[in-house]
Amino acid sequence: MKLTVNEKEYEVEVSGNPNLLEVLREQIDLTGTKYGCGEGACGACKVLVNGTPTSACITPAVSVQGKNIITVEGLVKNGQLHPVQKAFLEEDVFQCAYCASGMAIAAIGLLSKQRELTEQEIKEGMNGNICRCCTYPEIIKAIKKASENKINL
Amino acid sequence: MKSLKEKLKGRLSKIDEKAGKSLPPQNISRRNFFKKMGAGIATYVVMTDVLAFQVLGSDAPLKDEDQLASWIHLSDSGKVTVFTGKVEVGQNIRTSLSQVVAEELSISIEHIELIMGDTQQTPYDRGTYGSLTTPQMAPILRKAAANLREMLLQQAKEEWKLGKVKLELEKGFVHHPSNGGKLSYGDLAKGKQWMKKMDEEVPTVDPEAWKTAGTSVRKVNGIDFITGTHRYVSDMSVPGMVYGKILRPPYIGAKLKSVNTGKAAGLDGVEIVQQDDFVGVTAKDSRTASVALAMIEAEWETSPQLSGKDLFSHLVNTGKDQTAIGNALESEYLISDKQLDQEFLVQYIAHVPLEPRAGLALWKGDELQVWTGTQRPFGVQEELQRTFDLPKEKIRVYMPDTGSGYGGKHTGEAGIEAARLAKAVKNPVKVNWTREEEFKWAYFRPAGVIRVKASTQNGHLSAWDFHNFNSGGAAIEAPYEIKEKNHQYHSADSPLRQGSYRALASTANVFAIEAQINDLASANQKDPLEFRLTHLKNERLSNLIKITADAFGWGKRIKRTNIGFGMACGAAKGGYVATFAEVKVDPDTRELEILKVTGGFECGAILNPRHLKSQVVGCMLQGLGGALFESVEFDNGDIKNASLSSYRVPRFKDTPKIEVILVDRKDLPSSGAGEAPIIGIAPAIRNAIFDATGVKINQLPMLPNGLVPVNS
Repeated sequence: MKLTVNEKEYEVEVSGNPNLLEVLREQIDLTGTKYGCGEGACGACKVLVNGTPTSACITPAVSVQGKNIITVEGLVKNGQLHPVQKAFLEEDVFQCAYCASGMAIAAIGLLSKQRELTEQEIKEGMNGNICRCCTYPEIIKAIKKASENKINL
Repeated sequence: MKSLKEKLKGRLSKIDEKAGKSLPPQNISRRNFFKKMGAGIATYVVMTDVLAFQVLGSDAPLKDEDQLASWIHLSDSGKVTVFTGKVEVGQNIRTSLSQVVAEELSISIEHIELIMGDTQQTPYDRGTYGSLTTPQMAPILRKAAANLREMLLQQAKEEWKLGKVKLELEKGFVHHPSNGGKLSYGDLAKGKQWMKKMDEEVPTVDPEAWKTAGTSVRKVNGIDFITGTHRYVSDMSVPGMVYGKILRPPYIGAKLKSVNTGKAAGLDGVEIVQQDDFVGVTAKDSRTASVALAMIEAEWETSPQLSGKDLFSHLVNTGKDQTAIGNALESEYLISDKQLDQEFLVQYIAHVPLEPRAGLALWKGDELQVWTGTQRPFGVQEELQRTFDLPKEKIRVYMPDTGSGYGGKHTGEAGIEAARLAKAVKNPVKVNWTREEEFKWAYFRPAGVIRVKASTQNGHLSAWDFHNFNSGGAAIEAPYEIKEKNHQYHSADSPLRQGSYRALASTANVFAIEAQINDLASANQKDPLEFRLTHLKNERLSNLIKITADAFGWGKRIKRTNIGFGMACGAAKGGYVATFAEVKVDPDTRELEILKVTGGFECGAILNPRHLKSQVVGCMLQGLGGALFESVEFDNGDIKNASLSSYRVPRFKDTPKIEVILVDRKDLPSSGAGEAPIIGIAPAIRNAIFDATGVKINQLPMLPNGLVPVNS
């Protein structure tokens, strides 16, 4: 089966009905997308599927055939960080950073739905993503900054 | 009699054959060192050096006497490489330690690389825990870097044939005092093989003059994390690698009776490994490995296990060293005008590192390499040594920056399992634990029962008898002046596997101490802050309380219906904590709303204000989980909530309005900050709920069903 990831086509093996996370990490070697819980409860494995943040760990790979999948590795364009990545980096958000890719994907999904966000809207929109180091206030600040910058997504 | 320090110094002087050009005592020879690192200038530190010695104190085993603690190498390209056995699990010590070195050498941190937690490359280190990296490793590296600076200055003087003059360093260059010339560090290191043991007497930069240390330098390699290019162990692969899974018992304490692996073995590419009770599978992908594991038919013999409902009585009944209370204390208690006898219950909680345990093992003949996320790479090396009966030199354990630990990764399970499988299948094997495995087969923060009986006489603390069953002795001593006091930790039989956790028992002990103090203040109709200050003799803590109280607006608070204010304070791991909370309890629904939290923290001279603030915030928010809702549920050997949908951890929506007050004491040595700030949040909220409702909640978590109870 063919899978379109970060605007590239890959031939992948789906006979054992793997989920999208397993295919990305083990077949395409895109390991920026992380395993955290295996039940879509922590957000570490989020990728964009046709622009919508989706938990790859509960998404059968066969279900996203023909769709556009963007992982954290696909966010950098022409050597430039995505504005949300840039905001995270500038605000120096992370501690262990294992949640970082899922956070970036979720934030991009949120901002693409609504460009201007209040703190409460960010909390609600991001609630599916866990940062176990609990850097939530810093992440909120970075998303707020990206929101205020009227960034081009 | 000579002091131990003097004795050790004597030994070292014998090792220093020739001042300034001596060899390190063991592990590395100068020739091998420079062969590996390239030409340059290097300085090294042994464990016996005063700084390390002071910090390690009586804890330091004598076998470490001549053990190298760290070394720093400067190459002829001007690159500085620092070697330390400490590891990065999100404390951002890679950044703060780099800052310390950069400061002494007057260079920016981009020129510094830290090699961390690699048993082959870095000096022995007993582990990254106990908030010891900052007080222990930072001063060592600071001194070592200062020594390297002096070597550079000496070298420059030799090249310029200068006598006794003062030379200036700036951004990687040494400047000539008169002719305008300058030499880069790389030039000075060119062609050299000069290695020198650290000299204690070399001065370091005065904290008041810090330019890089003490500033908010961003996370080193931050870009690798935000672009997903950093490889955690769970992301790593090597050629020929297969994925491993281990057969687990269905319940704690269950023993394998029989196993049939026939069906699983029939799957394409699957190999079965069975060595007594150790049964595992490997496959070319993790999906196939999971399927194969599920196809193994195993019979288990279960044995009765203690359930959560019987936990607390069990801990008290099995508590050791229960001796009768002393007469003086007992009589002081009995004659006092206010008496308060309370019991506090603390549930097991899980660390839930977002990256579950992972290990990758590779055998080359009888040599073993293991990559694993652990706070104790050298400890895992020892575990592997015992498992495979190999000399240590044949085992390399390497720990890339890992997806957090919080005290939960002191062990090396996944690495050892991967090594066992890899040895059997003769291929490299990676074992990534699932979230369920992490919940069920790692270890927990200990549960505990705390009993405290205390009294006041004319508003002064007169008696204090404090007993902690099982959760631990950290911060067990109340920081208050009390006429008669006793505190004891009673180890007990834990039904679940337990171990270290961020600040460990300090959280439980400070919860009980600060609740008790709050309630005694209330019994005496005293302001809880004033009552504390009256009994506190620790100036650092008192100062911090006053500063934080001002920021919170304690003195200006106005009592409103259903709104309460609470505070807590304490000291742990060299850090001082004052936490204030404002809460609202809905009188009808009994829902709790945390309106504001102000956290004050003081840990000596601040190395990186932004990262320190992040640790303080992280501690307080993570602490909210254990304070309000986190609890491991277990019944007859079964962990009932072993998933992130059933075990609740703090999320975005749990984040209250939060303010952090950092007190920078440049006149005091820096302590660690990854643990202590967690201790104040639970009692501050507990005391605020009491203020709002009059209800005393003496258990952690406080709101297991999400609601504030109507009665104490």
